[in-house]
This record gives sequence, C-alpha cells and structure tokens, in this order.
Amino acid sequence: MLVLLGVLVVVAGFATRRNPLLVVGAAGIVTGLLGGLSPREVLAAFGTGFAGSRAVTVFAITLPVIGLLERHGLQEQARNLITRFSGLTTGRFLALYLLLRQITAALGLGGVFGHAQTVRPLAAPMAEGAARGRHALTDKAREKVRSYAASADNVGFFFGEDVFLAVGSILLITGFVNTTYHTHLEPLDLALWAIPTALCALAVHGWRLLRLDRTLERALPGAPRSAPADEVAK
Amino acid sequence: MIRAEWFFWLVGGVFLVMAAQMLADRTNPKRLGTAAFWALLGLGFCYSTGVADKSAPAEPLGAAVLVMICLAGFGFTGRGAARTTTAEERAASAARYGNKLFVPALTIPAVALVCAVVVKKVSAGGQPLLQKGSETVLGLGIGALIALVVGMVMLRERRLSIPVHAGRSTLESVGPVMLLPQLLATLGAIFALAGVGDQVRRGTTVLLPEGSVLLAVVVYCVGMFLFTAVMGNAFAAFPVMTAAVGWPVLVEQAHGDAPAVLAVGMLAGFCGTLVTPMAANYNIVPAALLELTDQYGPIKAQLPTAFVLLGCNIAIMSVFAF
Repeated sequence: MLVLLGVLVVVAGFATRRNPLLVVGAAGIVTGLLGGLSPREVLAAFGTGFAGSRAVTVFAITLPVIGLLERHGLQEQARNLITRFSGLTTGRFLALYLLLRQITAALGLGGVFGHAQTVRPLAAPMAEGAARGRHALTDKAREKVRSYAASADNVGFFFGEDVFLAVGSILLITGFVNTTYHTHLEPLDLALWAIPTALCALAVHGWRLLRLDRTLERALPGAPRSAPADEVAK
Repeated sequence: MIRAEWFFWLVGGVFLVMAAQMLADRTNPKRLGTAAFWALLGLGFCYSTGVADKSAPAEPLGAAVLVMICLAGFGFTGRGAARTTTAEERAASAARYGNKLFVPALTIPAVALVCAVVVKKVSAGGQPLLQKGSETVLGLGIGALIALVVGMVMLRERRLSIPVHAGRSTLESVGPVMLLPQLLATLGAIFALAGVGDQVRRGTTVLLPEGSVLLAVVVYCVGMFLFTAVMGNAFAAFPVMTAAVGWPVLVEQAHGDAPAVLAVGMLAGFCGTLVTPMAANYNIVPAALLELTDQYGPIKAQLPTAFVLLGCNIAIMSVFAF
C-alpha cells in the first residue's frame, strides 16, 4: 500500500499548485524507493523514461518558423482575415475547428493540427479576431476565448482518433486483450464502437462552444466596434 | 531511410544553439540557470540515442533530468526581454503580406499530411523512406524545416538567427513546463515498476459487489476516468482497470460485447485526460503556449464536457454492450 503515497504526492502537489516539475520529480523518487527500487534504478528509470518520450517535446522544432511569422504579423493577419467573415462568431468558428479536428483525426491525421502548430498561430487569434469584431475584448474574456480554442483542439482530437483503426489506443486495446486473454479482437470492431461517443463529443462540446458567444455577449458590455468590420479589412 | 534519431539530434542541436543565445542574453537576470536548463535538455536529446538502443547507461541521463528539475523547480530559470517587432510594425507587415503569411504556417500541417499518407508508403532500396512508426513525428519535423525555408524566402529574411531568436523567445515564455510531458511519461513508467497498478486493482475488486451490471459499468468507467486523471494517461489506466473489472466482470461474467466494453472504456479514460494537469502536453503546455495567466484555463473550459461525456459513455456501454 505504501507505493500509493507516490500518487498522493502528485495529487497534493498539483492541488497546492507547487512547481509541477518538482511535484513529478518528487513523486517519481518517492514511488520508486517505496516500490523497492534502488537509488541507481530510480536514476536509470528517469533516464530511460526521458529517452523514450522525446517525441512529445519535438513540437519545439516548429517554434522558429512560427516565431518568424509572428514577427511579421501572422497573428494580426489571422485576426484580420476572420473579421471579414461577419457571420463567423467566435463560437461558430471554434465549433467548425472542432469538427475539422475530429474529422481529420478520424481519418488518421492526428498530427496535422495541434497546439504549437495550429492553435497558437492560427486558431486562437482567429477566435479572438471574431470576438473583437463584436466586442471590446477584456483580458479575462481573451483568456477564456484562448482556453476554449485549446479545448476545441483537445476534444476534437481525443474523440476523433479512436474512430481510426491504426491509432495507438485501438492497437493498445487489441494488443493487450488478445495477448492477455487469448482471444481475437479486430481493430475495426473497436473503431466502430468509438463512433457513438465521437458524435456525443461533437454535440456536447460543439454546443458549449456555440454557447460561448452568448457568454461573451453577456460578459462584455462593450458595444461592437464603431467601424464595421468590412471597412477595417480593406 | 530517414531515422527518427537524426531528427532528435536536430531538435537537441536547436536547443543547444538556443541555450548559447540565452547565455549571451544580458536582459535575462537568470541567464546562467536558464541556459544550463536548455543546454542539458539539448544534450539529453542527443545522449538519449545511446540510452534508447542500450549502448549507453541510463543513469547519467537520469541525473541530468533531476538537475533540470532542480534548476526549474527552485527558480533558477527566467526569461529575457523578447526581441520582437512593435505592434505597428506587425500591423504594417500583415497589411503588406496579407494572406501570404498563412502559406508557411499551413505548410507544416500540409507536409505532415503528405508524410502521413503518401511518403509513408514510399520505399527506397527495399527500406521505407521514413522510419516505420515515426512518420508523424518526422512529418512534423520535415514540415517545420520546409516551412522555415518557405518563410525565409517569402519574407526575404537572410539571417537564420532571426527565426531562432524568435523561437527562443517563445521557448522562454513557455518555460521549463515544456519538459513536463516527458517527466510524466517517466513517472508512469516508475508507477508501473513499483506496482501501483496492482494496489489499485486490489482496491477495486474489494469495492465491487457481485451481480449488478450497471454498477460494474459505472465502476469501470469512473475508474478509468479517475485513474487516468491521476496518471495523466488513459493508456496506463486501461490495462489496470480492464484486468480488474472490464474483462473478468463485464465481459466474462455479464457476457458484455467485448469490443463495445473495451472501446467505450478507453473513451471514458479520455474524459479523465481532459480534466487533469497530469496530461501536461494537452492541458498545461497549451496554457503556456497561449500565454494564459491561469495555467488551468483549458481544463476549466473542458470540465463540463468531460463530465457529460463520462455520463454518455456509461449510458452507451450499459445500453449497447449487454
């Protein structure tokens, strides 16, 4: 039972908002030692874990080009572009992004969108641009719009990708079950059962994204900008 | 064959170059610690090749990771003044280039798409052109490099140091949180080594009375949700909860349809991923990338959706699997 103290360290650490790296480092050391690993094995575990998980950090390679484009006004242009489509509100734009993310993930293209390469440079500024066409955006509302942009990417990705056969989680399920229980499950059967939840996710989060427009309207008394969006764009 | 390791060396090299820039940046009051952190990360990326193919010991890398944790955790890292353009310059540049600015940005996903669909099937000399299983990562990398060339030509930027400086500024603003997803993956491995899963399995079996299918469905789904929230990863929760409840109780005793039970169970775990800081690459890193003041902003936006979808999954499993 003692090893569960490591889990407790994690929960307590995040709950009290300690530095997340320290929390995870401490939890790793505590769990490893309580679980009977020697200090040397704990060090080795940190090393192998780091080496095996480098793929999650490689998005850093996109930062120079995104940075270069941002210096030259990428985010500004993303906002300009979206304000030209006067019918496209923040909520509608993000719901559209959710749908697009879900469809591409369901086709096995989970790597096509993502936070570093699409949400920061394009989707978040566009969502903000759509809001700016209608309201004077406060800092708090801006945070909210950006948080929702991040959420649209996550929900779309999570509940789209399982519809695709060759995705990690489907292969994990078949691999684990077929070897552990000597049975034979086909990836296709599992992927079909991901469809109902995918539709629920689209309906639930899509509806919440559309509702964001009303929340913004209520929270931001600031009237629409005096100049109509069309004139600004020209 | 283009190997994933080559690309990891490139990423490590970029971190090292950026670390050198950080060391020279006198506007950063903590430039030594900051440079040390990113230099260790860059070296770690290159050294990992040996650890991954077991030709180098893992302990020194583990020690380096702990040093990185201490540098970041005890406040030895900081950020310099961002060298960027003014709002007016950016507005003028946006007006000048217009929608052409999107071309390099969209090059990254476009190339990733081509790599994942077309280049994946190309082979040269009997070997696949892209290392098998790493097509997505390589696609992202190749896409970023092509996009950089396209961007520099289009914007008539001759010096490579400009994009590297710009990328470094973003890196500094995201900060050491960038390392968190890798650390969490490591923690998951340590949990598995130490037998945390077995303990949780014992706990669940004690909790579950015989006979009620609905209750077992709820325990399986909520267990996936909670355990995923603690581990930050549904893949880690799945074998544990499936061995404890999913297979013996729902499939064997209650004769549930195995694909439906297991697929929906995994999706219940994904609802847990939406609500936890442990899923750092989906929740904490984006908050840093988007420069939010509240690092839990994305989680707050996802909480209601996660709970409703957990309910949906329980309903879908109880209705369709039995």
